[in-house]
Amino acid sequence: MSIFIDKNTKLVVQGITGRDGSFHTKQMMEYGTQVIAGVTPGKGGQKFEGTVPIFNTVMDAVKATGANTSVIYVPPPFAADAIMEAAAAGVALVVCITEGVPVLDMTKVYPFVKERGVRLLGPNCPGLITPGVSKVGIIPGRICLPGPVGVVSRSGTLTYEVVYQLTRAGIGQTTCVGIGGDPINGTNFIDCLEAFEKDPKTRAIAMMGEIGGTDEQEAAVFVKMHMKKPVVGFIAGQTAPPGRRMGHAGAIISGSSGTAAEKLEAFAAAGIGIAKRPLDFVELIRVRLG
Amino acid sequence: MNLHEYQAKEILRGYGVNIPPGKVATTPAEAEAIAKEYGTAVMVKAQVHAGGRGKAGGVKFCKTPADAKEKATAILGMKIKDLTVEKVLVTVAADIGTEAYEGIIVDRATKKPVFMVSAAGGIDIEEVAAKTPEKILYVPVDPRYGLTNYDAMRMGFFLYGELKLARGAAAIMGKLYAAFMATGCSLAEINPLVVTPQGELVAVDGKMVIDDNELDRLPAIAALRDESSEAPSEVEARKANLTFIKLDGDVGCIVNGAGLAMATMDLVKYYGGEPANFLDIGGSSNPEKVVNALRIITADTNVKAILFNIFGGITRTDDVANGIVTATKANPLKVPIVIRLTGTNEELAMKILTENGFTASSDMDEAVKQAVALAKGPSGKAA
Repeated sequence: MSIFIDKNTKLVVQGITGRDGSFHTKQMMEYGTQVIAGVTPGKGGQKFEGTVPIFNTVMDAVKATGANTSVIYVPPPFAADAIMEAAAAGVALVVCITEGVPVLDMTKVYPFVKERGVRLLGPNCPGLITPGVSKVGIIPGRICLPGPVGVVSRSGTLTYEVVYQLTRAGIGQTTCVGIGGDPINGTNFIDCLEAFEKDPKTRAIAMMGEIGGTDEQEAAVFVKMHMKKPVVGFIAGQTAPPGRRMGHAGAIISGSSGTAAEKLEAFAAAGIGIAKRPLDFVELIRVRLG
Repeated sequence: MNLHEYQAKEILRGYGVNIPPGKVATTPAEAEAIAKEYGTAVMVKAQVHAGGRGKAGGVKFCKTPADAKEKATAILGMKIKDLTVEKVLVTVAADIGTEAYEGIIVDRATKKPVFMVSAAGGIDIEEVAAKTPEKILYVPVDPRYGLTNYDAMRMGFFLYGELKLARGAAAIMGKLYAAFMATGCSLAEINPLVVTPQGELVAVDGKMVIDDNELDRLPAIAALRDESSEAPSEVEARKANLTFIKLDGDVGCIVNGAGLAMATMDLVKYYGGEPANFLDIGGSSNPEKVVNALRIITADTNVKAILFNIFGGITRTDDVANGIVTATKANPLKVPIVIRLTGTNEELAMKILTENGFTASSDMDEAVKQAVALAKGPSGKAA
């Protein structure tokens, strides 16, 4: 089992003929993801790599192919509209990889997708992967291994680091989800924790947060109140200065709020195991799997 | 991106907010001339991207043009939180009756623009929030409908008992909201919003922070960036499309990805070292980025060791290896370098590095430990 994507995921790629879109579409197809359609306005009727039909609009793609998931690789000025287009076309999950979407755009997009009952992952995220089954986004497939650990993170390469360490130690994953580094994102830690708690194959969860905002603190309360499965957490940015945006738009300590110390305190109060460094996940997870 | 007070005021004036006249001076003589032109008492205010300007002595009331010249002499060139004051705003001093606060932020929890208003203006709103939270009213705005009149009036009456003032404050909120949305702000505030003894509403100070993701589509706003107010290394990094933040330590870090970059800095600290910087070379693989990153890092004389931590996903590690070789051939390193790379094209990268006399490991912890030890030098003491 897994969360959000599985063998029934039928993917439409928005921006399939772009530089990033075409590169990652090939990677996803090699991994076994069912890529059944692509969208590039003006290229409707053509085929990607001779096999995947391209459409002018997401609506056309969904109507013709029955795609239920969309992944977005379009440039930032067009990303907000691309998300709304996918949600309006009726897919159940929209994964937005694009980094640099203006946050005011997201204040309008978020209610739009919510009202349609659509799940949005990202923007500014690496996507997600269910090892051995399907990947949507850019997480490298070969660092993953099927197994019992659910992984959720605000970061890209830090997720790879932790997944790589787990895989190297023989500890596999049910699904690895990157929720993205922006201040407003479609799916938060709690959404993923809730899904992992319900997933029968997931036996423990590794969670990588970072400075900025209160998503981790709220997740800690959720863990304490609603979760039976063990959770291990890490916070990046313990050495980050206040008031500076640390690469991710959302990774900023505002005044005295959103610090690593505050988040780690919330983790400790909720009984979440604390990884002081990425490598610590291996032993902390191993012990909890029994 | 932060705007200076005078820039924020100019924008708000354009939206019809009542703001006392003001001009920027870079010399005491200019400040004197501006004060003379207004022919009334003025404020001379340091224009730097730092809070607490008043407490630092960067804001002064001046009765005469001669006084303005004297105060400007003191303020220009002074340092506020490590930033040198290059400009002052000379603005007509308003008579102050009461002081209120009006601000908007993009709130992460509600995922909406949220207004904050308080009758306790003139001080930092964070301080009000910490000490007397009941004195702030928070009102989220659905950006699809904009600020409704009833919400604006509700906030107006929270600030003032009198209908005329409540209406006036509400009208200013509408203008502030319009400016906030059109300028791509993540924060916009008027603090204080003053009621003069004559009952007039005046915005005496303004602040705007722009979402960096907006700058590409708002070239006129992007042009307001004041590079003289930023660290030169950070300006250079931005031009090279790198995210760089200078810190005080001695281990220079070059990493791909923001989360991993922060985790690498944290690991340097974990093993007893101090990171010299945050530097994210980003996702795309491009040897040129590595060359630029090395140039920026090595320009910092505090750096005693350089640490590369690359997890190749989209980033091809052979591109990074080529970048390291190219950069160090052109400018031989004066400090030791420790390279950790793993992921896409790792074997090729290792081969390139070995052939050029570098060693590299695939283990993050080992690499960080080594870099920390090298930065401390053979005596084991911090330099």
